[in-house]
Amino acid sequence: MDIASSLLSALPELALAVGAMALLIAGVFMGDKSTPQISMASIALLVLAAGLALFGPSAAPASLFDGAFEIDAFAKFAKVIIFIAAAIAIQMSARFFEGDAAQRFEYPVLIVLAAFGMSLMVSANDLISLYMGVETQSLALYILASFNRDSRRSTEAGLKYFVLGALSSGLLLYGASLVYGFSGSTQFSDIARVAMSEDNNIGLVIGLVFLISGLAFKVSAAPFHMWTPDVYEGAPTPVTAFFAAAPKLAGMALFARALVVSFPGVIDDWQPIIAIIAVASMAIGAFSAIAQTNIKRLMAYSSIGHMGYALVGLAAGTAEGVSAVLVYMAIYVAMTIGAFACILMMRRRGGMTESIEDLSGLTKTNMPLAVVFTILLFSLAGVPPLAGFFGKWFVFFAAVEAGLVWLAVVGVLASAVSAFYYLRIVWFMWFDEPAPAFERDAGSTLRLTAWGSALLMLPVLPIFIGQLNRVAQTAAAALF
Amino acid sequence: MTETFADQPWLSMMTFAPLVGAAFIMLRRIIAKTDETGAMSETETEQVASVSRWVALAFTVGTFAISLGVYALFDPSNGGFQLVEEAAWMGGGIQYKMGVDGISILFVLLTTFIMPICILASWTSIKSRVADYMIAFLVLETLMIGVFCALDLFLFYVFFEGSLIPMFLIIGVWGSKGTKEFAGVSMPSKVYAALKFFLYTLVGSLLLLVAMAWMYATAGTTDIPTLQQYDFAPGVQTWLWLAFFASFAVKMPMWPVHTWLPDAHVQAPTAGSVVLAAILLKMGGYGFLRFSLPMFPDASMDFSPLVFALSIIAIIYTSLVALAQEDMKKLIAYSSVAHMGFVTMGIFTGTKQGIEGGLFQMLSHGFISGALFLCVGVVYDRMHTREIAAYGGLVHRMPLYAFLFLFFTLGNVGLPGTSGFVGEILAMTGAFKVNSWIAFFAAFGVILSAAYALRLYRQVIYGELTKDALQAIPDVNTRELAMLGALMAFALFLGFNPGPALSVFAPSVDILMQNMDAALAGTG
Repeated sequence: MDIASSLLSALPELALAVGAMALLIAGVFMGDKSTPQISMASIALLVLAAGLALFGPSAAPASLFDGAFEIDAFAKFAKVIIFIAAAIAIQMSARFFEGDAAQRFEYPVLIVLAAFGMSLMVSANDLISLYMGVETQSLALYILASFNRDSRRSTEAGLKYFVLGALSSGLLLYGASLVYGFSGSTQFSDIARVAMSEDNNIGLVIGLVFLISGLAFKVSAAPFHMWTPDVYEGAPTPVTAFFAAAPKLAGMALFARALVVSFPGVIDDWQPIIAIIAVASMAIGAFSAIAQTNIKRLMAYSSIGHMGYALVGLAAGTAEGVSAVLVYMAIYVAMTIGAFACILMMRRRGGMTESIEDLSGLTKTNMPLAVVFTILLFSLAGVPPLAGFFGKWFVFFAAVEAGLVWLAVVGVLASAVSAFYYLRIVWFMWFDEPAPAFERDAGSTLRLTAWGSALLMLPVLPIFIGQLNRVAQTAAAALF
Repeated sequence: MTETFADQPWLSMMTFAPLVGAAFIMLRRIIAKTDETGAMSETETEQVASVSRWVALAFTVGTFAISLGVYALFDPSNGGFQLVEEAAWMGGGIQYKMGVDGISILFVLLTTFIMPICILASWTSIKSRVADYMIAFLVLETLMIGVFCALDLFLFYVFFEGSLIPMFLIIGVWGSKGTKEFAGVSMPSKVYAALKFFLYTLVGSLLLLVAMAWMYATAGTTDIPTLQQYDFAPGVQTWLWLAFFASFAVKMPMWPVHTWLPDAHVQAPTAGSVVLAAILLKMGGYGFLRFSLPMFPDASMDFSPLVFALSIIAIIYTSLVALAQEDMKKLIAYSSVAHMGFVTMGIFTGTKQGIEGGLFQMLSHGFISGALFLCVGVVYDRMHTREIAAYGGLVHRMPLYAFLFLFFTLGNVGLPGTSGFVGEILAMTGAFKVNSWIAFFAAFGVILSAAYALRLYRQVIYGELTKDALQAIPDVNTRELAMLGALMAFALFLGFNPGPALSVFAPSVDILMQNMDAALAGTG
């Protein structure tokens, strides 16, 4: 493929990159007052990118830049969700930063840049493009974590994230160089050929282990999860909402492509590793969350657990498993955004509250918010008939089908434990005496996001789950 | 197995009708006038509550009417699945599929019949958040009917598990007061009961989920009629059976996983207890008949000694525990566990009498234990205590109540002429055919049930009226009389004339037995 048609296929990414730079320049000239306009433009940019990824010449399957990137149904599926999640993250922040000194035009631009990095990640078909995508995304995220630069917690979160992230990038890079050294290529398909042809290529396997460690860090899977609770708690809440959603999907998609495309022949080597990471994540997510009193920390452990469930699907290593991961992550992103929209509505006298006990008796003071949050919590817990349950079903089914019955059993037991802490929040909201009411004027965008997410969880996704599954299956089939 | 398709989606209409009612109440609640803090004025609250009550009653009665229509369309002489409807859902082998046979139709009728009574029972006793309460009950009804109508294992699971959510909220929000120390933490006892109910059932059901995934991976479908014909290898059946057993034994509940039930019953509001006893427990027995026996016949027969042992322990041990209770609801809850012991014993005999006895016992228990909880509710509404010791001599002030309570007490004991007798005698006949010792021990349960039930009755109703608080207690009013009278009519009808009910499920039980025999003969 020549360079011109490669560029044509990369239109969504080009739009994001060029658009982000243009917005940055515009922002510098117009100052922080222009934040609302820059935000609107950023959202428009992301929507445009999603449109370009879905329709037109850039939507056709292609291998760009000599195979460094791959445009296929898999990448498209992930990209569209990432762009939408990023757009929602921008509009969710408006109210949070309003009147705050932290309202700066860099915020939407950084999110667009992070989305650009994620878009590279999910298309990456080469170790170099993989690293490029991961770093582009991470650099934007480090800055976002410490965005509230006057707050000690926020800067601490950013620094912690940066140091640990750099370490994990080092691991990733070291693994990539080992894999390159032993296979003689950076391209996934070439690696696959080498990995399949030679048995007992121990160097390649060691490289693979480093690669997995680096990627596990990016999706905050145990035992590389340590940074998550602190960063989630310290970062401004809209940033946390963004962290918990889109980057997780991008990381998981990259994880799936890297393992399934470049190491299909050595599945026996990586399947146990992924299974153990999955078990550790589910267990840590389930048990550590029980004692949390801060809702953002709780959501951090909850997301560690959810990454564990998604990895159960990946451990299966089959097309069914990858499709399950996609369905799971799509549902996870939707419900996490909704849950954070609810958390962002926990405002009292102009300030945010983050303690779980502040939700006490919410049904008596603010019934609509309580109902929405309850739906989302039951969905996170994976109780039918809510959408979260269907996600769990697909990953457990994939595991059972691949012969990993024990992993599915561990998974359901972990989800029973984790049901407890979600129920604990429900219990505070429904059974306890009311705490002082939250501000009722929460802003229509947040309310819309929360309601939209809850409606997806209850009637929409459970009814149309077959359609979502079909799309995910087509997407997963592109990798095999 | 034959499947007869429906010309109209009758079962879906029946299942989702209560949900429409819930939507109406929700709408009324949303358009309610509120002040700037979101609170409703007193008259507005009262109006919303009253609308909620009437809408809930109308929709539960309407659902009952639809279920009668369904029953009219149902052909009792056909043992296969009828009024079947299918629609694509999740792709692959998972469909939206509904249908009823002789086993499920009566449970559907039981559900739709009990629900209006539950709404009536809550008419005055629920004073706070009436709209939310009615919504929870209507949603619960949809889920319960769905459980009995689902002809797809996955769909069944969704309904089965989904029913936890409304019940969790019903116990937790409208439960009674009091605190409980647990693991060093002091929490309201209704919260403890709600959590225990939820987590016990969830853990049991999640193993079923894994088993279901395995079955789907092996058989390529979750269609219940297909799975019933599918031959799972005997070694695999053991594991699948255990997974299903874990789920249904908790729901039933069987000893030793019954401990959530007394807590849940005691804490739940009256109508919650009625639904729990009359319908939710039956899901366990229904599950055994729908899944365990037909899908894993070899394992069912291999494990039957285990089930018998657990059933006998449940019958004797929980009856003894019931004897020692000081709380009326707890006593009836333990007696429920004992009665469910007869059901599991009967079902796993694998004989026609045993299975029919188990089925009949479940129906009868639905009427009688439901009525007993209502009876407790009647005096609880007046005195706000469930302590047996707080009562005594009620016959002097509440003669009508004394009569009704006596009837249901005797029904609970299994007096001939009440429906309780038929179920117990059939289940024991079935047990006799398998092993007379089982029947011998089970008979002890009948004697013990007389002991605890009559003790309860004597202490509450007889004796001198010595307590001042009871002097002015009024007798049952028309609403309570209507509810209890209706239940009494059914218990009597089924007791004197069990034929109609038995003939409805007989063809389906016959098919079940034939398939089991064929499967057992096939694998030797």
